[in-house]
Amino acid sequence: MMPILNIGPLAIQLPGLLLIVGLYLGLWLAERYSMRYRIQPNALYNIVFIALIFGILGARLFYIFRSPEMFTGNLTSIVSLNYAMLDPFGGIITAAISCLIYGQRKKLPFWSTLDALTPILAVFAIALGTAHFSSGSAFGMATDLPWGIELWGTKRHPSQIYEIFAASLVLIALFPSWKYISRLRSGNYFLLFSASTSAYYLFLEAFRGDSYLLPGGFRLTQVISLVILIASLFGIKTIHSRYDEILSSTIEDTTV
Amino acid sequence: MISKKNGLSRIGYANREEKFLDIRLNTFYTCENMKQVFSKYGNLIILFTFLFGSGWIWISRNPDSVNDPVKITAPQKGFLAPDLSLPDTNGEIITLSELRGQIVILNIWASWCTPCRAEMPAMQRIFKEKESQGLIVLAVNATNQDDQVSAINFANEIGLTFPIVFDETGEISRKYQVRALPTSFFIDQAGVIQKVVIGGPMSEALLKIEIEKLLVKQKESKSP
Repeated sequence: MMPILNIGPLAIQLPGLLLIVGLYLGLWLAERYSMRYRIQPNALYNIVFIALIFGILGARLFYIFRSPEMFTGNLTSIVSLNYAMLDPFGGIITAAISCLIYGQRKKLPFWSTLDALTPILAVFAIALGTAHFSSGSAFGMATDLPWGIELWGTKRHPSQIYEIFAASLVLIALFPSWKYISRLRSGNYFLLFSASTSAYYLFLEAFRGDSYLLPGGFRLTQVISLVILIASLFGIKTIHSRYDEILSSTIEDTTV
Repeated sequence: MISKKNGLSRIGYANREEKFLDIRLNTFYTCENMKQVFSKYGNLIILFTFLFGSGWIWISRNPDSVNDPVKITAPQKGFLAPDLSLPDTNGEIITLSELRGQIVILNIWASWCTPCRAEMPAMQRIFKEKESQGLIVLAVNATNQDDQVSAINFANEIGLTFPIVFDETGEISRKYQVRALPTSFFIDQAGVIQKVVIGGPMSEALLKIEIEKLLVKQKESKSP
């Protein structure tokens, strides 16, 4: 584990750095294939930039809105550079809404844009695993298995390595589909990514030692993952039946 | 020839070559295999996934509703804070485990570190405000990379009244795996770390919010 990278007098938060590197590599990969979805690489850069800026602003605003009374008389705290004053949930919501608004204003096709963004998300998922590994968070349950790692006072499931491995598998498995694209089924790749990612989260969360538990001991992440997985499968099924409809209408048109 | 009204033209192939590529280069993910599988067995796949997923959630639930770290000491959120016994400015030994039942901000700092100095006045104000509710600020000076006189001079200069202890050997910095100064640990009344803030300076609002969370938790645990 190496949460801080010390370079001379500088102490750099390594997990944050790894996430930024992941984002950069994801963008690099996505821009190579974005034109196949008829999405300009510039649009991808703009979306990521907007998501970052509004994500950070939203995360801070949500944090403030949760306890606004703590900021009265402490207005300088609002612009504090401390990352601990960010609400991740608020950041994700704000980033998603701002990207939706941008997409609508620029008239970007919704599903094709999500397909074009999928490489970024797939590489970012690996970066998230490495960030967890670097900070020692998202750690596993205690185990006696030979591949267990010594962490936080006991031998544990290397849950972060499982995460990196699973995310890499998803990237490798989906890669060919980014090269050869059927625009007839836009949304397919994004939904395949979300289905496979939620599937491995559903499976691997069982080995985590720090899960958020619901009443009855159920793991929140697993419940959310199952909902996303089912929704993604429904989406894939719908896309394929829509494809059939388009094909049959094409046949009718050409024969008439 | 494809009519302008039909589906393909709406989707918009630029030319025949592109259409050929689209059909020819489709992989498993886009090709007929997947369409056939999903149109034939789509509902079955979804039902099976739901049943298998629900079963897995049931099998992997944690019936005790308690994560194991609360029984182990480690400098990480959710774990028991590693114990320490260090001398304060009067030479009296302060032991962290003896402060159980109180909320503790354990702040590891040095007098030469600018962000450490910057956050101290806010910590002093919070300490004065919440001391009566059971808050303790324990400032652990990383004396192995600082000197005691400078630390005491700084504390006197800004009028710190919370306890300052001296880690002469650097053992506590190692135990708490400190890699940057300041590092602060918010510890609840049961001695469990609830938040770790690496770097600084922490703003007064951040301190207040985190302490308030711990105070609410303390009240809840006391109420029947």
